[in-house]
Amino acid sequence: MGIPRFWRETPSRYNLIGTKCGSCGMIHFPPRVICPSCHRKSIGKMERTHLSGKGTIVSYSIVHDAPHSFEMQKPYVVAIIELEGGCRLTAPIIDCSPSDVAIGMDVEATFRKLGEQGEDGVIHYGYKFRPAREATK
Amino acid sequence: MKVGIVSYGGYIPRWRIRPQDIASTWGTDGDAISRGLNIRSKSVPYPDEDVITISVEATRNLMKKVQIDPKDIGAIYVGSESHPYAVKPSATVVAEAIEASPNLTAADYEFACKAGTAAIQTCMGMVSSNMIRYGIAVGSDTSQGAPGDPLEYSASAGGAAFLIGMEDVIATINSTISYTTDTPDFWRREGQTYPKHGGRFTGQPAYFKHTLTCAQRLFEEADTKPGDYDYAVFHQPNGKFPVSAGRKLGFSMEQIETGLLVPEIGNTYSGAVLLGLANILDEADPGSRIFMIGYGSGAGSDGFDITVKDEIENIRTNNCPTIMEMVENANFIDYATYAKFRGKIRL
Repeated sequence: MGIPRFWRETPSRYNLIGTKCGSCGMIHFPPRVICPSCHRKSIGKMERTHLSGKGTIVSYSIVHDAPHSFEMQKPYVVAIIELEGGCRLTAPIIDCSPSDVAIGMDVEATFRKLGEQGEDGVIHYGYKFRPAREATK
Repeated sequence: MKVGIVSYGGYIPRWRIRPQDIASTWGTDGDAISRGLNIRSKSVPYPDEDVITISVEATRNLMKKVQIDPKDIGAIYVGSESHPYAVKPSATVVAEAIEASPNLTAADYEFACKAGTAAIQTCMGMVSSNMIRYGIAVGSDTSQGAPGDPLEYSASAGGAAFLIGMEDVIATINSTISYTTDTPDFWRREGQTYPKHGGRFTGQPAYFKHTLTCAQRLFEEADTKPGDYDYAVFHQPNGKFPVSAGRKLGFSMEQIETGLLVPEIGNTYSGAVLLGLANILDEADPGSRIFMIGYGSGAGSDGFDITVKDEIENIRTNNCPTIMEMVENANFIDYATYAKFRGKIRL
């Protein structure tokens, strides 16, 4: 991914900023310019909105055959998470053993390194999710 | 109005390794090393954690305790000796991650283990002179010890962030003082992966000389004595030095133990004395007085005389974990996993 493309996505990757359709109220993440339900009715009505960093795991997969840059982290979990407010996104689940992850588990957003463009390249940061503090107590 | 701490937050990675597991790899006596250093385990960052992620987590925990507009933060300084970039600030990422950008100043600091306390002093000056309303000072590290080096038994990861201001202060900083000399006890040359140190030279002429002299100067500046304080916290490269320094100054173990986290999490370098202070603030009653001396190799000490105010009760929320919760949230790993996490195995 080029530097400008990732840089443009910094607000959403750092702070879970999505969009809310001013016509139907649907929340989207990543942010959209036009609502896929309302189409032209949503033009000019898409509002920037902060998504909740809390959610629930809807489904997940354990990755055993990782890309080279994630060799040190395997096996790792990637999950579909339903956030409070009704928006779904895909993110890694960290700070727990893959065997601890379950559908319905409460999770919360955290800030981690997502990757880097080689040893001398730009480092990318953004959200990952971990078991919610209440769930780990 | 006096300048002081408005909020604070910390972060400690959950992974730990015991000295015995490091020693078994290198054929040394782990029990003796653990006793000698007074370190039972040290924190280890996961491969996706670095100074920037630790600083962001600590700063976000700070922000969760207060209701201030991030746009009112006029300065962010991140002190560390393990910034992920040699050129490109960690502080800009922290600013963006708490939505304090873009109308603020930001920079990274480096002064071995005392870059975080130097950042606090900078924020104090800027707040006191009305240049800014609030400033954030972070001390954070993912410190490195070369394989087999004595540092490998103590060098760990963690950080703490402090919001400095003059409104709604939870602890006033009554005075601060520093003591700085050119003492080459510990260094890392440009482009080198691991630091080097002067062995026993890091003790008396370095840590103790600066810590004790700065402490004496702070007593004179504040016109106080050890008995006037409820807590004392010192930079903690291991579990022995801060206890020895505290005892020499006349503090009791009861005054020292709350701020002494190194036995469980190791030396978090720029985060060490600040995490100790954060743990004290987690439990201190209003009116408590805190004596803090940081130390950074190279070498210098920053001293702070702090009084906890009634307002501390206002920020004690359940929004984020306490420092002790983070200390106790430990998951132990073996040396092979540690070597993998720390990039000591190259693929």
